[in-house]
Amino acid sequence: MAKKKRPERQKDKSIPFKERISTFKEVPLGFTVRQALLEAERCLECKRPRCIEGCPVSVPIKDFIQLIKKKEYLKAAEKIKEKNALPAVCGRVCPQEDQCEKVCLLAKVDKPVAIGKLERFAADYEAKKLKEPKKPDVKKVSPRRNIKIAIIGSGPAGLTCAADLALMGYRVTIFESLHEPGGVLTYGIPEFRLPKRIVRREVNYIKSLGVELKLNHAIGATLQLDELFERGYEAIFIGVGAGLPQLLNIPGENAVGIYTANEYLTRVNLMKAYLFPGYDTPIKIGQNVVVIGGGNVALDAARTALRLGARSVTIAYRRTENEMPARIEEIEHAREEGIIFRFLISPVEFLADDNNVLTAIKFQLMELSEPDESGRRKPVPVPGKFETLPADLAITAIGTKANPLITKTIPGLKLNSKGYIEADEFGRTSREGVFAGGDIVTGAATVISAMGAGKNAAQAIQEYILKKYQIKQKI
Amino acid sequence: MFVILGDDGILFSLKMSNFFQIIKKEKIAPNGFLFRIKAPEVALHAKPGQFFVLRVNERGERIPLTLVRWNRRSGTIDFAFQVIGKTTHLLSKLKEGDFLKDVLGPLGRPSEIKYYGTVALLAGGFGAAAMLPIANALKEAGNNLVTILGARSKDYLILEKELRRLSSKIYVMTDDGSYGIKGFVKDGLEMASREYDIAHAYVIGPAIMMKFTVAACQELGIPNTVSLNPIMVDATGMCGSCRVNVGGKTYFACVDGPEFDGSQVDWNLLLNRLSAYLNEEKHSYELFLKKKGVLPRGKEKKA
Ligand SMILES: Cc1cc2nc3c(=O)[nH]c(=O)nc-3n(C[C@H](O)[C@H](O)[C@H](O)COP(=O)(O)OP(=O)(O)OC[C@H]3O[C@@H](n4cnc5c(N)ncnc54)[C@H](O)[C@@H]3O)c2cc1C
Ligand SMILES: Cc1cc2nc3c(=O)[nH]c(=O)nc-3n(C[C@H](O)[C@H](O)[C@H](O)COP(=O)(O)OP(=O)(O)OC[C@H]3O[C@@H](n4cnc5c(N)ncnc54)[C@H](O)[C@@H]3O)c2cc1C
Ligand code: SF4
Ligand code: SF4
Ligand code: FES
Repeated sequence: MAKKKRPERQKDKSIPFKERISTFKEVPLGFTVRQALLEAERCLECKRPRCIEGCPVSVPIKDFIQLIKKKEYLKAAEKIKEKNALPAVCGRVCPQEDQCEKVCLLAKVDKPVAIGKLERFAADYEAKKLKEPKKPDVKKVSPRRNIKIAIIGSGPAGLTCAADLALMGYRVTIFESLHEPGGVLTYGIPEFRLPKRIVRREVNYIKSLGVELKLNHAIGATLQLDELFERGYEAIFIGVGAGLPQLLNIPGENAVGIYTANEYLTRVNLMKAYLFPGYDTPIKIGQNVVVIGGGNVALDAARTALRLGARSVTIAYRRTENEMPARIEEIEHAREEGIIFRFLISPVEFLADDNNVLTAIKFQLMELSEPDESGRRKPVPVPGKFETLPADLAITAIGTKANPLITKTIPGLKLNSKGYIEADEFGRTSREGVFAGGDIVTGAATVISAMGAGKNAAQAIQEYILKKYQIKQKI
Repeated sequence: MFVILGDDGILFSLKMSNFFQIIKKEKIAPNGFLFRIKAPEVALHAKPGQFFVLRVNERGERIPLTLVRWNRRSGTIDFAFQVIGKTTHLLSKLKEGDFLKDVLGPLGRPSEIKYYGTVALLAGGFGAAAMLPIANALKEAGNNLVTILGARSKDYLILEKELRRLSSKIYVMTDDGSYGIKGFVKDGLEMASREYDIAHAYVIGPAIMMKFTVAACQELGIPNTVSLNPIMVDATGMCGSCRVNVGGKTYFACVDGPEFDGSQVDWNLLLNRLSAYLNEEKHSYELFLKKKGVLPRGKEKKA
């Protein structure tokens, strides 16, 4: 090993928090070229790079970092795209600390290599240099070009599956129920964390591969799944996400001023209510906002409320900070921005005035139990201890369920006890020719795991088609 | 192929088939219109009781409207709307040949059509539009239809002729007595119930009208179905904006409804939630009218 002292883990700059809380500008600015080079220098180029095992789509991490070291930034971006069609997205929103960076060898002796930030750097560099994303050669006259595949849902799972199948030469159509593609990337994750121009660029890239995008098509309503087969689609991938918001089922929860995070974020992100009245969809601006939950969704809602002009924003979580599932970077940013965290409290009732407008929330105080068999400490109520927080706006972010619009309308499709689609690791379902992946199979998870599922399903669809056609005709 | 410049300056290309063209526009009341638009996929699957969502332009709100008629062969759908805010105002300014930005449907559960005997159709204002396809289907199922149609005055009555044709009797009610009988729909119901043995009622109209009419049904012991119109965003079950309370339980009207048992609906909750954005909507509409020169500048109230 070189004797040179290893540089410290680089940290990118953020826009100053005073500016942050009044705009929807992206918060972290990303690495400069100098920082990227210093950070790349830290990679040990392991013989057996464990980082890759930590990535659900096996991005060739070592190789792309090496290319950055050699200042071959465009090549680095291309290298990533061999495995990951959405690098600019993943570099920003992957929970790296639980994935690639968690198992990076360097983490044993030092802080891990900032793989996510490097990935973002390469993707952003490419975006700056090239107007149109460079696309790999798609065989123009592939014998498979007449085989049609349908993808339902344009979230990360559907987009990835579509891209891979298009690259294999299939004719792919995505059916999306909303008026914009991208799934949670568009309607869920806010602008300040994932600028929508990035999502649009990635979607355009996938379109440039020849993928057709049909918006305003809710399968199960506009068309039934079996009609897609009738229309000549040979295989179908379902990536409709976990769209149904879970409710608390406590008194008062339908009062005016109580949003599910889905509604709040959809109004703001998809409908651009933060630009109201420039855009037509309104949103309530709270004075005292309380967000219930502790994941990425809760943090996104809280930071959005702050930017819309709330005087105080509190996150109420029934466990402690250690159990918060949100990304660490987001928790840090939220703290800097002045979000208040209240732990070990759980709502029991929403209080409203005569017009049924929210005024306060009554909470039960909680404590963590002794660890159970699985070693998990559960929150349990402290008998008789309650606290009431004033609130004119509440946002519930306590998880989602399977959206029944599609699953209920497909005869013969096996669902698990929670209503999600049963599928093996390659997305094969109980119905022939029907594949599924992403949140609609696993329940709410991550962007990259949905992409991994889309990739695996593309492989399985390829196998399925080949097998089917070996009998009928040769390709 | 069309090319459109997106908000962020990135070019978008759209195929013609993604556009929803207005084929016919008809003024049917001082405050409302009937449109026929091209939307073949919606027409193909539309059923009575269902609705769809549209967006007028790139910055527009998604608004739900009921499907009034559809034609599979020509791939068109009809809908009727009254101008009450910015989106419906913008819609009313579109001309034949213009395009809508987005159309999604059909949505919601279709009506459960069956044979009841005599069914009373209680329609207030633009509720008549939503009632028409249900009336057709109920008639086809062999029901005897008695219609009570209400509006504030003569000019505001819509689809009277069409509903009259399907009904063995029609009571037309106006608030001001300018046509038909002076009174509300619930008054008409009381009259009808003396003449007919009503097995079931469909009640569709503004929430406040449904609230009082359902109360009248209950007094007369008539089971009833209503079509609820809460504020919606996605209209596919994803956001919970449309939640209503029926029989003590929370439902999402866009996927669990829009039809429910009227006697179980928490009407006050619906009314409260419908007025949630009143200030914001007023602000937006006035700002818009002011820009257009319809309202004098400086007169709008702050939201
Ligand atoms: C607010 C928020 C923040 C998050 N932050 C992070 C993060 O920082 N990092 C991370 O890794 N993960 C994050 N996640 C989770 C991540 O976004 C999801 O796990 C991922 O998007 C799932 O991808 P998907 O393709 O399975 O589904 P989705 O992204 O949900 O996409 C499904 C698409 O299918 C469409 N659809 C639904 N029904 C139909 C139908 N019947 N017909 C046609 N189309 C249909 C939907 O409109 C949608 O566009 C976050 C989630 C949320 C909600
Ligand atoms: C299932 C359903 C079917 C409907 N069918 C018809 C119909 O056939 N004809 C018709 O004229 N109207 C119908 N409506 C009502 C129609 O959607 C509203 O009048 C319209 O959204 C008003 O928009 P605006 O911008 O012009 O007015 P705004 O100024 O935005 O709103 C005025 C009032 O309309 C209601 N409203 C606003 N936004 C929405 C929304 N996104 N969803 C529902 N209600 C809203 C609210 O009560 C609001 O206070 C229906 C509503 C629903 C839910
Ligand atoms: S895709 Fe996500 S998990 Fe994989 S290397 Fe990139 S940041 Fe890490
Ligand atoms: S494990 Fe860490 S140090 Fe090793 S190759 Fe991967 S990123 Fe580099
Ligand atoms: S409108 Fe969003 S769930 Fe019904």
